[in-house]
Amino acid sequence: MSRMTKPVYATAGYNTISLGSGRKEFHPKKPRPGLEHYIKEAGQGALAQVNDPSNIDEGVIANFMAARFNKQGNLAAVMPMIDPKLEYKPLVRVEGACGSGGLGLTTAAKFLMSGMADSVLTVGVEVQNTVKAIYGADILAGAGHYASQRKEGHAYFFPAKFSDRSCAAQGKFGAERTREGMARWYERAILNARQCPKAQEYHNSIDDLYAAGMSPCNANAFCGHINVYDCSKVSDGASAVIFASEEGLKKLGVDKSDAVELVGYGQVVADISKDPEDQTKLTTTARAVKQAMDMAGVTTSDIGMLEVHDCFTIGGMLALEAAGFCGYGESPDFVASGKTAPDGEIPVNLSGGLIGYGHYTGGTGVRQAADICMQFTGKPDGQKIEPRTPYGLMISMGGNDRTVVSCVFRKVQ
Amino acid sequence: MDLDTRLENVAVLGAAGKMGSGIALLLAQEMARQKLKPENKDRTYVLHLVDVNQEALTGLMGYLRTQLTKAAEKSAVSLRDLYAGRADLVENYDIIAAFVDDSISVARPSTTLETLKGAKLVFEAIIEDKGIKFDVLRKIDALCGPETYYFTNTSSIPIGVLDEGAGLGGRIIGYHFYNPPAVQRLLELITTKSTQPDLVKMGGDIAKRLGKKVFPANDIAGFIGNGHFMRDILHATSEVKRLMSEESMTEAEAVYVVNKVSQDLLVRPMGIFQLIDYVGVDVCRFIMMVMTEHIDGETLKDDLLERLAAKGVLGGQYASGAQKDGVLKYDGGRVAGVYDLSKGGYALFAEGDWTKKLDEKIGAYPAGHAAWRALLMDPAKDDKLSTYFKALSTTDTLGAKLARGTLVRSKEIGERLVSDGVASSVDVVNGVIVNGFYHLYGPVNEYAELMIDKVGGTR
Repeated sequence: MSRMTKPVYATAGYNTISLGSGRKEFHPKKPRPGLEHYIKEAGQGALAQVNDPSNIDEGVIANFMAARFNKQGNLAAVMPMIDPKLEYKPLVRVEGACGSGGLGLTTAAKFLMSGMADSVLTVGVEVQNTVKAIYGADILAGAGHYASQRKEGHAYFFPAKFSDRSCAAQGKFGAERTREGMARWYERAILNARQCPKAQEYHNSIDDLYAAGMSPCNANAFCGHINVYDCSKVSDGASAVIFASEEGLKKLGVDKSDAVELVGYGQVVADISKDPEDQTKLTTTARAVKQAMDMAGVTTSDIGMLEVHDCFTIGGMLALEAAGFCGYGESPDFVASGKTAPDGEIPVNLSGGLIGYGHYTGGTGVRQAADICMQFTGKPDGQKIEPRTPYGLMISMGGNDRTVVSCVFRKVQ
Repeated sequence: MDLDTRLENVAVLGAAGKMGSGIALLLAQEMARQKLKPENKDRTYVLHLVDVNQEALTGLMGYLRTQLTKAAEKSAVSLRDLYAGRADLVENYDIIAAFVDDSISVARPSTTLETLKGAKLVFEAIIEDKGIKFDVLRKIDALCGPETYYFTNTSSIPIGVLDEGAGLGGRIIGYHFYNPPAVQRLLELITTKSTQPDLVKMGGDIAKRLGKKVFPANDIAGFIGNGHFMRDILHATSEVKRLMSEESMTEAEAVYVVNKVSQDLLVRPMGIFQLIDYVGVDVCRFIMMVMTEHIDGETLKDDLLERLAAKGVLGGQYASGAQKDGVLKYDGGRVAGVYDLSKGGYALFAEGDWTKKLDEKIGAYPAGHAAWRALLMDPAKDDKLSTYFKALSTTDTLGAKLARGTLVRSKEIGERLVSDGVASSVDVVNGVIVNGFYHLYGPVNEYAELMIDKVGGTR
């Protein structure tokens, strides 16, 4: 697929609070909203922005591991709980680890381009605080290759994978410089999250964020080359966005000015059993972004806001390089010099990203799309900016750079 | 006999008690780790858990399973290495469950001493009664023979007295864990002139394996921790009496004030009466009695604790670790009232405005005050404490005066522990109080110096 076969729009973005440690209302031993609550809240939040849920043709729900975190499968059949008018419609669940949300977006877009639907409600969800982090690490390790990697893997499987990437980057581009860049990434993520009341780190009150980000790593208790501040937290949450054709927008009673247009996407999947070709590069991400930008006919200089998948600080930085916003090995300086700030060269993760907003794994890609949609239609959950250009780009990544979706959205002029 | 061999057959006496269960938990983990080493595959490991209470032993096994799981969850990174050779154990979940099973499998609960035959290391944590300890240790020694080493968790009885009374010939050492043993890093190691050198070395080696920090104490009743704590209690209760006479407070009101000042204005983790409840009113009374018996020229006894105990107000903890009501009443772990001996019930903070009036009497906190919890992990805590205590030294409130008096008295107690030969230096005293009682500063400190000429009529 080298081009969009018909115009596809995204509208009615909605994000729930990202709940987990850091939020004042979160207490690990007290009852909390469950999986169904989040699916319903996000879905209803989106549907409240259209005239009648009956006009939704299809539904996609993106999720990674509800079968283990919540003992619930068959999530498509949970969607009618959002609204009875969704019952008996074609609903489907997609999964691609932490890139599930991105798959949800491209799946919806393809349904529209097939001509079989004019509108698709897309929900992404994950509720992970049902187990302690040490067992959550087992569940999330399912994004790696169980047969060949889990036994040899670390107790904290994915943090260790990105600790390895951090180690490689530090070895190649300088330990101090890379470490400082990672701490600056953390600082920026929290500063952005503090502007967004729904963000998990909204209540973060650490005085010196950079100093926290520079905390030493402890290989005995955690990982040797990342600390806890380098990691996105365990989150519960969901997001929703409605994809529609021009006809679909009309049927839903949505003005085009309340939508953004999906003008290009890349969906690239690498072999889960293979290790990264180079620990300092996100090669699958690079391919996905290139496809998306080629389809959209844009380059990095055309992008006015960026949503990257910073499950770990080093992951966010390597994604900047893979997408071409800075050169190979240059991301530490790029971040430290403020180029990713809201008033910088390329505003990145305005509501905090995965580290600041939170990372409800299977739902994050939908959250990114909802954020871009809400920013360009003037209704962001967090800080509002005037992007330098009408294009927003997002990267949704599953596993260690295995399943990647990148989308380019354009503000409707 | 080397430590690895001795660790094959270990016993804990009083295993279902507060201290015994924690010691059992630590030993079960260490023994499981030994068992899992490839070179030890042909060895058998046995941890005898002896207690007189059958029902409590059942509870102990549940406690061990829960706590072993928590400990294994925290050690998952190293446990994965330990089980690297087990292809069937892949996820953290599998590995944690295996380690819990491996630890539990060494445990042998029992209510009879006869099962201990063959034990090479015996950890004693039974009731603080000299006569009973003599009797039990003698019986076990007759079963186990002259190679067995004894580690007593007594917090007050001189080790020399136990050694002589049980006829152990220097094969017993004071091994005073702090409560809860699984969490507290401090271990007071008490030796006598006759303690066998090999046992002293082994005591240090075991402490290292159990992750404990050793502070040596000499064999004087109460040792360092309780030597300070019991005298700190007596200072607090004397302040209660003084507030009653000088400030016309009721006893319950005075207890409220002294508890609050000792926690907040001294920036300690809990108030002195809360700490008494944590340890147990009866336990405190008993330690004082033992200290009085063995220390010439000093009587440690307190009328308030005696009257509370007579009313059955005892504090202590439930098997779950939750705090029982004692001098103070607790609601979900928070202090919610004070026992009023004159009425035979608790005066609750939520009833009326009596605490508000007392808070006004205590007065505003000096500039720079921060709660213990806020400073605990603060890298700048020493500077912040210094600034705060300077302000405290010149604050003219009832609370500040009481705090100054306690700081000065605490320093005197600490210095006396050194001059009496209990501790080898003030650094050791400070180390015990900081590590065992979680104070942010030791009793012998520069802050108290600021207060010395300002305590005047407050004491």
